Amino acid sequence: MTSVAQSQSPVRRRSWGETAGRWAKIASRELSTVAITIFGLLLITFFIARVIPIDPVLAVVGDNARPETYEAARIELGLDKPLWQQFAVYVGKVFTGDLGRSVLTSNTVVDDIKRVFPATLELATLGTLIGCVLGIPLGVLAAVYQGRWPDQVARVIGLFGYSIPVFWLGLMGLLLFYAKLGWVGGPGRAGVAFQDLITPITGILVIDAAIEGDWEAFRDAWSHLILPSAVLGILSVAYISRMTRSFMITELQQQYVIAARVKGLSEFRVVWRHAMHNAFVPLVTVIAVSYMHLLEGSVLTETIFAWPGLGRYLTHSLLNADMNAVLGGTLVIGAVFIAVNLLSDILGRLVDPRTR
Amino acid sequence: MTTWTDYLLTDSPESRRQAKLGQIYRKWLAFPRNPLAMVGLGIIVALLLVAAFAPLIATADPLAQNLDRRLLPPSGANFFGTDSLGRDIFSRIVYGTRVTLVIVLLVVVTVGPIGLLIGAASGYLGGWVDRLLMRMTDVFLAFPRLVLALAFVAALGPGLENAVIAIAITAWPPYARVARAETLIIRQQDYIAAIRLQGASQWRIVWKHVVPMCLPSLIVRTTLDMAGIILIAAGLGFLGLGAQPPIPEWGAMISAGREQIFDQWWVATFPGLAICVVALGFNLLGDGLRDVMDAR
Amino acid sequence: MSVIEQPLLELDNLHVDFHTPTGIVQAVRGLSFTLGRERLGIVGESGSGKSMTGRAILDLIPHPGEVRADAMRYRGQDLLTMDKRARRKLRGRHISMVMQDPKFSLNPVRTVGDQIAEAYRVHHKASAREAKQRSLAMLEQVQIREPARVYELYPHEVSGGMGQRVMIAMMLIAEPDILIADEPTSALDVTVQLQILKILDDLVTQRGMGLIFISHDLHLVQSFCDRVIVMYGGKAMETLPAAELADESARARRHPYTLGLLGCLPDLDHPRETLATLNRDPAWLA
Repeated sequence: MTSVAQSQSPVRRRSWGETAGRWAKIASRELSTVAITIFGLLLITFFIARVIPIDPVLAVVGDNARPETYEAARIELGLDKPLWQQFAVYVGKVFTGDLGRSVLTSNTVVDDIKRVFPATLELATLGTLIGCVLGIPLGVLAAVYQGRWPDQVARVIGLFGYSIPVFWLGLMGLLLFYAKLGWVGGPGRAGVAFQDLITPITGILVIDAAIEGDWEAFRDAWSHLILPSAVLGILSVAYISRMTRSFMITELQQQYVIAARVKGLSEFRVVWRHAMHNAFVPLVTVIAVSYMHLLEGSVLTETIFAWPGLGRYLTHSLLNADMNAVLGGTLVIGAVFIAVNLLSDILGRLVDPRTR
Repeated sequence: MTTWTDYLLTDSPESRRQAKLGQIYRKWLAFPRNPLAMVGLGIIVALLLVAAFAPLIATADPLAQNLDRRLLPPSGANFFGTDSLGRDIFSRIVYGTRVTLVIVLLVVVTVGPIGLLIGAASGYLGGWVDRLLMRMTDVFLAFPRLVLALAFVAALGPGLENAVIAIAITAWPPYARVARAETLIIRQQDYIAAIRLQGASQWRIVWKHVVPMCLPSLIVRTTLDMAGIILIAAGLGFLGLGAQPPIPEWGAMISAGREQIFDQWWVATFPGLAICVVALGFNLLGDGLRDVMDAR
Repeated sequence: MSVIEQPLLELDNLHVDFHTPTGIVQAVRGLSFTLGRERLGIVGESGSGKSMTGRAILDLIPHPGEVRADAMRYRGQDLLTMDKRARRKLRGRHISMVMQDPKFSLNPVRTVGDQIAEAYRVHHKASAREAKQRSLAMLEQVQIREPARVYELYPHEVSGGMGQRVMIAMMLIAEPDILIADEPTSALDVTVQLQILKILDDLVTQRGMGLIFISHDLHLVQSFCDRVIVMYGGKAMETLPAAELADESARARRHPYTLGLLGCLPDLDHPRETLATLNRDPAWLA
């Protein structure tokens, strides 16, 4: 691999200018990907909006409207224009932050989403944290004891995680830990006594309660938060542990691991400081993907736990054919997906000195 | 009849296909050594048998209501108890295997060929076709699957067929990815070049030579995906967007038992267990198959 | 080699077996040697068990491998009865190893200096500062001109030759008595190979260490080592002073395999039309 040219200039270090240029190139490539993906996203939601069998005009004018009124409303809604113009108008509206009004809450969809989103964020974040704290050690253990019983146990746990319907797991959790054992709070974000007691600052209840120093409210919020997060966490344990295992198996076969052992390092240090440090590079993406899965999983979990987040808002609107809200919610979740993806790409590059 | 085993186990295969099939057959012979995969296979076989002989296994008509026998706990007469309309939950779960199988099969039958064709075409033709198709795949992959399926069902209206369509629309991209990756490897092979020199058309090469080679990895992918499809279908059913009552769909059954979860736990518990067992069966089998197919 | 002094390493009838589903694979079968403060070469083709010998000495045979021997002693201490932890304490501090390719043997996400200092701190109670001072001094000893700058580099930012010097620094910083060099120059440019060998030679002589030099390159071993073990199929075919390899008059006493290996090498002074291929006699392994 070493060429003569290389050995003549033994040290190759990128200058600051080179680094900046490289990053600019990466950024432009990433941004164009994001732009295309967002465009696709809008195309899909627009398409869904157009194929709904519900006549949007009738929703405005009512069933018994005269033909002239109907026609006037049709023109006012812009439905007489060609499809591409309608799409252009739709894109323009989305970019100015206009997702329409929810029929159900009669608020703008944007306001609604701003209200409910922090609750979902709280759930998915804690769920991912639980997933990492349990899943990474489990995966590392499975890789270190590859083919032996800890590996089999981890494999079965992982496959179980992939096989349990999250809404059912939530129900069982409520049955066991709330109804039978009374260890956690019931459905909802806070007990009756603490409803609307805390002024929202971040919108994330446990943090707001901590900021206010209201520890009773904090404990209450925590007892309501822990079960749904744990249910989501179990889902990501499966994914994170399996991916950790596969990355670690690759790393543990590398020469530098042997070199680290030759130096006399303890096995713990070899595994966690050397191999894990390398496995963490691709793991960043996995954690991001699992975070996105959990945002998705929250749709069903929130229904079970009466959690006032984006997922419940979405399903609620869905069952009431509130299409503006449904498409708005879908679009926001899609956009968060793209953002998390982008973030993980950048983070992955920063963790790895070779791509920094 | 040892001719086909001879064909498969020969030391000097005459075609690449024979070599690959032989390789798979040898791995199949090693398959029983993986106990977890065998458990998975057992579950799937049991599922098929239960679905086939549902009328013989069920102890009651899954749709027969009996309001005098509402919400009875599990007993000798009703193994899994009865639901809020007095229907026997065990019999409903037994018949539910058919619903589950229908959903899974319909999705696979639509998704498999679409994914395979898009992936194979994308990988084989390359160039702008590849870029366009893969960009499309990326956009779909960028979407959360369940949310997208929800939005589609919301637009199409609830029901079993629409649920299947929605799941299919959201499920094809990974298949296309796998098929494309395989195709990229296959198209480099010399025998493809030889076929091209013989004047075979591009479609013939894709259809007759590339597609069959992609099949093994797609089968693994499909088995692993089955559990995901079952879970999404159950999720849609749970939200009331999948199979409509009184069809005994497991997700909808859990939803029906939600109200009574604290008092009559069995109504929601048993359908959920059924989903778990079947999904686990597919996962165990798929996992074993992947071990067998991958060299690693 | 002084006779009075206790040998650094004694191996008697070493076996390394791998228990695989398809049977037992014997990587090393009955190798014996002693090592003093000398340069011992082990030559052989790939698969001859020379690398596994090195790994076995370091207790780094991967699962499912098994090491057996009648005796295995480091300065009189019995390695066979020693527990895993004690074996680990020997690694790096007393017995160390330089590996083939610095590209893969250095951890890509940690700086070069960090990895050298780490090797020092496992075995010596030292502050981070002291360890860094030591590492910089060690980098200077392997003739790196700007140690302070190289210290901060990541492995992908250094060339192969410099990477191997870093590797040597890392493996010698804890001042071991025995160094196993497993094909230390095979991955390097020919132009750099000699520099690296020179550095290695100087350090080994200066510190009076024992060196086990594992290589497939007969010429290299011949010019670099004091004694040579020729290995084939996990067994030692013969052990001889390196000087005798070149000695034409001693040819008659050589093992046929050694002659075979020598015959495979092109010789500029006596060019031949076709090079001989190796004859391998199954009887050698009996």
